[in-house]
Amino acid sequence: MEESIFQYEFIIRGLLGSTFASITAGLAGTYIVSKRMVFLSGGISHASFGGIGIGYFTGINPVLGAAIFSILSALGVEFLSVKQKIREDSAIGILWAFGMAIGIIFIYLTPGYTPNLMSYLFGSILTVTSADIIALGLMSAILILYFGIFYRTILYISFDEVFARTYSPYVNVFKYITTSLIALTIVLNIRMAGVVLVISLLTIPPNIAMIFTKSYFNIVIWSVVAGFIGTAAGYAISFFAGIPTGATIIFTLVIIWLIAKVSDQIINKAKQENKRDI
Amino acid sequence: MAESLFEMRSLSASYGKDVVLQDVDFRVNESDFIGVIGPNGGGKTTLLKVILGLVKPFKGTLYFNKEILTSNKIGYLPQISTGDINYPVTVKDVVLSGLMINKGLISMMSQADRKKADQVIEELGLAELTGSPLNQLSGGQLQRVFLGRAIIGDPRLLLLDEPGNFVDANFEVDFYDKLKILNKSMAILMVSHDVGTISAHIKTFACVNRYLHYHPSSEITDEQLLAYNCPIQLITHGEVAHTVLKKH
Repeated sequence: MEESIFQYEFIIRGLLGSTFASITAGLAGTYIVSKRMVFLSGGISHASFGGIGIGYFTGINPVLGAAIFSILSALGVEFLSVKQKIREDSAIGILWAFGMAIGIIFIYLTPGYTPNLMSYLFGSILTVTSADIIALGLMSAILILYFGIFYRTILYISFDEVFARTYSPYVNVFKYITTSLIALTIVLNIRMAGVVLVISLLTIPPNIAMIFTKSYFNIVIWSVVAGFIGTAAGYAISFFAGIPTGATIIFTLVIIWLIAKVSDQIINKAKQENKRDI
Repeated sequence: MAESLFEMRSLSASYGKDVVLQDVDFRVNESDFIGVIGPNGGGKTTLLKVILGLVKPFKGTLYFNKEILTSNKIGYLPQISTGDINYPVTVKDVVLSGLMINKGLISMMSQADRKKADQVIEELGLAELTGSPLNQLSGGQLQRVFLGRAIIGDPRLLLLDEPGNFVDANFEVDFYDKLKILNKSMAILMVSHDVGTISAHIKTFACVNRYLHYHPSSEITDEQLLAYNCPIQLITHGEVAHTVLKKH
């Protein structure tokens, strides 16, 4: 009896978590992959570890600390590269490691045992709470509304910023809002995949989708589908095999990507040979 | 006398400390087709950006004839480098983006907008490529896509920044023919450092090298360029229709 309740809870949590993770990661991921912001996003996710460390040390919710750090690091990269003329990739490299360093120092200084550290670094099912799921659900709703209402505005600014400035005075406003929402998406997905692996959760699904479609809207839809399959399967496998969630999800997604890539190439080759025969 | 679209009076603009345009007096009328020539860094692109409102002049005035030229009646074809051609947008998406200026913050495209886009795409001979991503297009096709984006809103003034950069000799003739047709309903301001190519198509030209000299004829000669302190390269092509270019 106890076991069945536990399994029921596990299934619900897994399905909801996978759904919300794939929606948020699909929407944010398509944006960062299209705009070539993957390295920046990797920097944001690692820098957020500083907020987790300070959260532990001060007793503030580590996710809140991570959220603040992620947004600050995103704006920090912008500040360093645009205003201080430091190369953007260098600025990212500096903040990436700085956030990690702060996190490690403060976790070291925190008295007592810190049981969730590994779960923040690599993700874990056991520590995904109902509050985490609700937060991801809210984030899904916010992102769907934001990208739904402002779809063309966001698409065109991201495609051609110079041209967008000729008709819209709000280019910077949209850029900052979008970047902040992406930083928050990364932080909320850290519970699923961990600081180190979360960036793959955002980048692999759009890359699976881009094998089959070239239009932005379709990439979003297929990323969410591919992300859901990979996340749900990875979640289940990690539970039954007793291995870390984040790593299993990423592993599953990469396998899906490989299968898609190889089968696409085989199909293309077959098509070309057919043409030759005719 | 054609109505004026806009007029600059002793306008000066700068990038940081560098004064790029100084004391420019310039007036563009309906049905003008003006070639804007001058050396690189001479201020040609800045001139377009001032008209578009992207660069604010620090001195002088820019007066728009609001009866004809509201801000959404300017079409703009930037240099190719501004958009990322590997970005996952289709030809139709890009052409539709030319209508964004008529939209508010919430920018849904109506059925009429889509129909208009299809029509423009058809006119530019891109019908088969409507759903294609940009990185599958040739240089000339890309140029037509961006031209489509510039003209879909039926502008009264069309600004072209170095359209020759797209390099597609096969389409070049078509492109200038298309401009000639467009010129019947809109004034055109075309920036180029390649005088040889544009001189056969423009009606008048302006030479921009910090100062602006307007020349009310399409004939460009060495003496004028020298007099205007406008050191540009004269690149002659095989068939330059009616302009004699001397050595430089």
